[in-house]
Amino acid sequence: MTGAPLLEVSGLRVEYRTPGWRTPPVVTVDDVSFAIGAGETMALVGESGSGKSTIARAVLGLVRPAAGKVMFDGRDVTHAGHRERRALARDISVVFQDPYSSLNPALTVGATLREPLQVHGYSRDEADATVRDRLTRVGLPADAMGRYPRQFSGGQRQRIPIARALTLTPRLLVCDEPVSALDLSIQAQVINLLKDLQRELSLAMLFVSHDLSVVRHVADTTTVLRRGRVVETGPTAEVHREPRHPYTVALLAAVPVPDPDEQARRRERRRAAAAALAEHDGLGPAG
Amino acid sequence: MRGATGNTSAGPGGGLRAVAGFVGRRLLLAVPLIWAVMTLSFVLLRMAPNDPAVSILGDRATPEQYDEVRRELGLDRPLLAQYGSFLADLARGDVGDSLLSSRSATEIIADRLPVTLSLALGATVASVVLGVAIGVFGAVRPSTAGRASQVGAVVGQAVPNFWLALVLIVVFSIWLGWLPPNGYTTFVDSPADWARGLVLPVAALGAAGVASIARMTRGAMVEVLDRDFVRTLRACGLPRRSIVYRHALRNAAIPVLTVVGLRFIGMLSSAVVIEQIFALPGVGTLAVTSASRADFPVMQALVLYLTVAVVVVNVLVDALYGWLNPRVRVP
Amino acid sequence: MTGTTTTVTAGPAPGQSPTRGARQALRDPVTLAALVFVTLLVVAAVLAPWLAPHDPQQQDLNDTLAGPGAEHWLGTDELGRDVLSRLLHGARTSLLAAVVAVAVALAVGLPAGVLAGYLGGWVDRILDRVSDVILSIPSIIVILTVLAVFGPNITAAMVTLGVLFSPDLVRLARSSTLAVRSALYIDAARVAGLPHARIIVRHVLPNVIGPVIIRSSMMCGLALLVEGGLSFLGLGVRPPTPSWGVMVADAGDVAYTQAWLLVPTGALITLTVVAFNLIGDSLHDAAAGVAIVARPGTRPAVKPAVRPADRGAPDPVGAEAGPALLAVRGLEISFPAGDGWQPVVDDVSFDVRPGEALGVVGESGCGKTVTALAVLGLVPPPGAVTGGSITFDGRELVGLSERDHERIRGSQIGFVSQESMVSLDPVFPVGELIAEPIRHHLGLSRRQAADRALELLELVGMTDPRATAARYPHQLSGGMAQRVAIAMALGAQPRLLIADEPTTALDVTTQAEVLDLFRKLQDELSMAVILVTHDLGVLADLCTRAVVMYAGEVVETGPVGELLSRPLMPYTDGLLRSDPHLATPSGRLPTISGTVPAPADWPAGCHFHARCPLATDRCRTEPIPLVEPAPGRASRCVRIEALAGERTP
Repeated sequence: MTGAPLLEVSGLRVEYRTPGWRTPPVVTVDDVSFAIGAGETMALVGESGSGKSTIARAVLGLVRPAAGKVMFDGRDVTHAGHRERRALARDISVVFQDPYSSLNPALTVGATLREPLQVHGYSRDEADATVRDRLTRVGLPADAMGRYPRQFSGGQRQRIPIARALTLTPRLLVCDEPVSALDLSIQAQVINLLKDLQRELSLAMLFVSHDLSVVRHVADTTTVLRRGRVVETGPTAEVHREPRHPYTVALLAAVPVPDPDEQARRRERRRAAAAALAEHDGLGPAG
Repeated sequence: MRGATGNTSAGPGGGLRAVAGFVGRRLLLAVPLIWAVMTLSFVLLRMAPNDPAVSILGDRATPEQYDEVRRELGLDRPLLAQYGSFLADLARGDVGDSLLSSRSATEIIADRLPVTLSLALGATVASVVLGVAIGVFGAVRPSTAGRASQVGAVVGQAVPNFWLALVLIVVFSIWLGWLPPNGYTTFVDSPADWARGLVLPVAALGAAGVASIARMTRGAMVEVLDRDFVRTLRACGLPRRSIVYRHALRNAAIPVLTVVGLRFIGMLSSAVVIEQIFALPGVGTLAVTSASRADFPVMQALVLYLTVAVVVVNVLVDALYGWLNPRVRVP
Repeated sequence: MTGTTTTVTAGPAPGQSPTRGARQALRDPVTLAALVFVTLLVVAAVLAPWLAPHDPQQQDLNDTLAGPGAEHWLGTDELGRDVLSRLLHGARTSLLAAVVAVAVALAVGLPAGVLAGYLGGWVDRILDRVSDVILSIPSIIVILTVLAVFGPNITAAMVTLGVLFSPDLVRLARSSTLAVRSALYIDAARVAGLPHARIIVRHVLPNVIGPVIIRSSMMCGLALLVEGGLSFLGLGVRPPTPSWGVMVADAGDVAYTQAWLLVPTGALITLTVVAFNLIGDSLHDAAAGVAIVARPGTRPAVKPAVRPADRGAPDPVGAEAGPALLAVRGLEISFPAGDGWQPVVDDVSFDVRPGEALGVVGESGCGKTVTALAVLGLVPPPGAVTGGSITFDGRELVGLSERDHERIRGSQIGFVSQESMVSLDPVFPVGELIAEPIRHHLGLSRRQAADRALELLELVGMTDPRATAARYPHQLSGGMAQRVAIAMALGAQPRLLIADEPTTALDVTTQAEVLDLFRKLQDELSMAVILVTHDLGVLADLCTRAVVMYAGEVVETGPVGELLSRPLMPYTDGLLRSDPHLATPSGRLPTISGTVPAPADWPAGCHFHARCPLATDRCRTEPIPLVEPAPGRASRCVRIEALAGERTP
């Protein structure tokens, strides 16, 4: 990584207030730091409750951090105001997990994609031209503009939010579980698409996923989270080949592989890993 | 983390304690609410162009007599001072005397409350029993009979109660002569006459309740029977009887309960018209006479007591809700 | 009015556009009639001065209390005034009053509710308190107070009523706003830098307007009833101005002598309120995705008689290895579509032997789950088994009565579904949920069943069974809930357990533990398992044999090890290649182009041919039979050699 990273998160802490009086806030993310360089992909991996999506939402400005800093391109955007956020929207965009609820069912695909462009001052014609370009880029037909999200099959539908994320030529793409709702054969198509786009547009990506085997295909570096804290971070291949933290070992061993003999061996490895993790939790400090 | 809150009071005793605490909190919250409602009514009634002195003396008295009455009522004092003594009286439970009979407003209302309560409670009980039965029937029998019950419910909700009351009188009192067209006998005097006198008013008042509870029950049952857990219970081989009446009805009762509470409050309002038609000496007739003759202290007392009634009903409904819904009871 | 049929596709996607719902509602004749009625009524009210045959105030004391006749269609009242004319003029007053109330409620409630939902925080809390106050006062007493102040005045009463109605709309608009606000597309719009005002207008309002209009329609009906009641009491519209309430009061005065007068007024008010309610109802149903009453002509065809499986048909491969516990032969499951029935599962055959773990794999929409449900006799209506046979322990299950199915479910065949949290009844403690089927099937006492439930909880790996038994489903974590669901299914010791994606909703580490539990149970209880899954890794972990389904058909079967290492069907091959676990990280993932076709789009030939790299003309034109290329293996492919050649370059 040369020069300042594109995105730098340091000491991030997010609390979540439970309704009720005198109840202490629940800490969902605590002391999380990482950096992503331009054109680089980092994966945030963890199980449910690990805080991975919350971190993504904090980067996007959808969640207010209790402490810590989010820097983008050298600027502190942790508490960016309205105007600053709108300017940032050109550089940071998002793809969510669920293509159903991430698209307004009442709007045509064209209207959905045009919206960010219009807000940023594009004329109708310019916007239409851009939208058409983005749709072809993600492999959707040109007539997709006039259709509603429900008129697309599952695999095509997930391409629409990706096209929307690209309309303003962002530099950072935040993907929150973008393939986990998809069937295997479709998942592979979408992963390939994301990889192609990243290469063509030299995008940086923050890729949030629970699936270690998917991450292996997209991320340069991997950060493993557990209960809101970072337990391990490193180049993806290394994290897979020789995980250092017992939790990462346990997590990797728990992923079932489509080979019964190998799977039988992994079961043994998993039990050992789980035992090692329990021992670690008992001895070491929490986290 | 769910389920690991260290809450060991998940047993029924803990649940009961939680409900009791909840009821207490709600009653405490009712104090500012009653203050707000009473202040609102104070402001509203002081805005009135009607002069209470004229209400009492008629329009033939001398100016001195009017001034005298105004002084007695404290109406010559500054508004804020009046408000202060109004609140002070209210805190002592004194809502003033009627301008017309100079009896305490509380007493007058207490005399009439049994009539209205008999009416509203009777209509509520009838609508719950019939409404739930019809609703469940409509949900589990989507046949012609089930459809007929749905149509009945739609029409039943739309029939104006004052009109229904007149029709009931025409049919059952005038044509058939089975039941008295009006009047009220106290329970103490003759339980049989008391009951006979209440049949038609309760029917007129309860019809809309039956209809709306039936619709709500049916809707809730249909929704619950479509949930995943019903499939699990069926997959366990439980008989339909148990699934419908033990599991589905228990779940459906949660939204239905809300409607029952709302219906009871609505019936207190509707009682005004029904009491008028059947000439029942209840709170409703009192409200109409007090309103048309500008008897403000009685109006204010009515606002107070009916608001208290609503609060009590709401707390009861919420307590029942907690009892039915474990999510509320043991978070 | 809600019909009894629901849409075949299990309802449209959540968040269906409101306009589409409205169009759907318009196709319902009852709704249409209600809309026409209200429209005609409004037109008649507006044109009353020209339409009414008489002056509504003109008295004719020589012709009082006349019944319906040629001169006065609906008769005359006690002052000889024409009832029809008074009804028409009364409609002006009554409808206007209702409109005033609803307009006030909308003007106050809609903006307040949207703001409360969108902004949250203190705005929300204050509005909630205010709503509480308003809702705590019985409405009639407030209106009477206002009338005591202002004197009989229907406008004042209706404005007050509107204010009293508004908390209802505040709450409705608030909850609808909250529902959309959590939608990811709102987040996406915020990330894209859209201003709040634009998000509210473009994304929030369209979703709030629908429910609010529905409620307003019902409020119109309610307001009419209140206006009627007040005017009836002489506190609203003052006679002699006609309003419907005034007219009922007039009719009531003479009910002893001429009961007829009650009929036209009462009927008109009732019909109008019914119409408003029906419009609201059917819009509501349409928005909720419930199909409107099925009309004749679109009624699904009568369910065809079950076609028995071809007796001549060969048993599936592996059948000779021993007597089957469960034997499925030529199973066809269909749903009504248009005039006929559309199969969604076609000619499915497989065996499950005692104690065996069979995996049924494939992508979503291939018919795995519905096949599993058919074994339990739980195909969701209106779907049905339309062909083939399912025998369990030698007994035919297809065509069994519901009562006989109940005896087999739970006691012989158990079931565990995907979403364990929603598959448990939320209002009962876990212990009771587990004990109930035990008591039912084994006839144990309450006490014995409770003890047995504790044993089961221990069996499924709960460290503190007693504490768990006292908990409610919402207090459990996902993994615990799945264990409880398994304990529930095991109560009466079934010989076959069907698990539908039992670990899909769980984290990988929890999934591994639950899979271990399945393996342990299978060993200890020598129970057969059918595992429905889309995950080839899960299949490899638990199952010995696999059935691969694609677009409603069995396309391949075989022992799991062989099937995964040497697939004999291009679909299985493609699935394995696109599995990110097996593929090498560098470069592109191999993919299968396209998607699984919907049943209505199934091609005549091989269902997979459009996505198959090896497809020939034969694959495109004729149905492909299941063949047995190797002992214990079956494949629905004619290009097995080509596939084998490609895999070993």
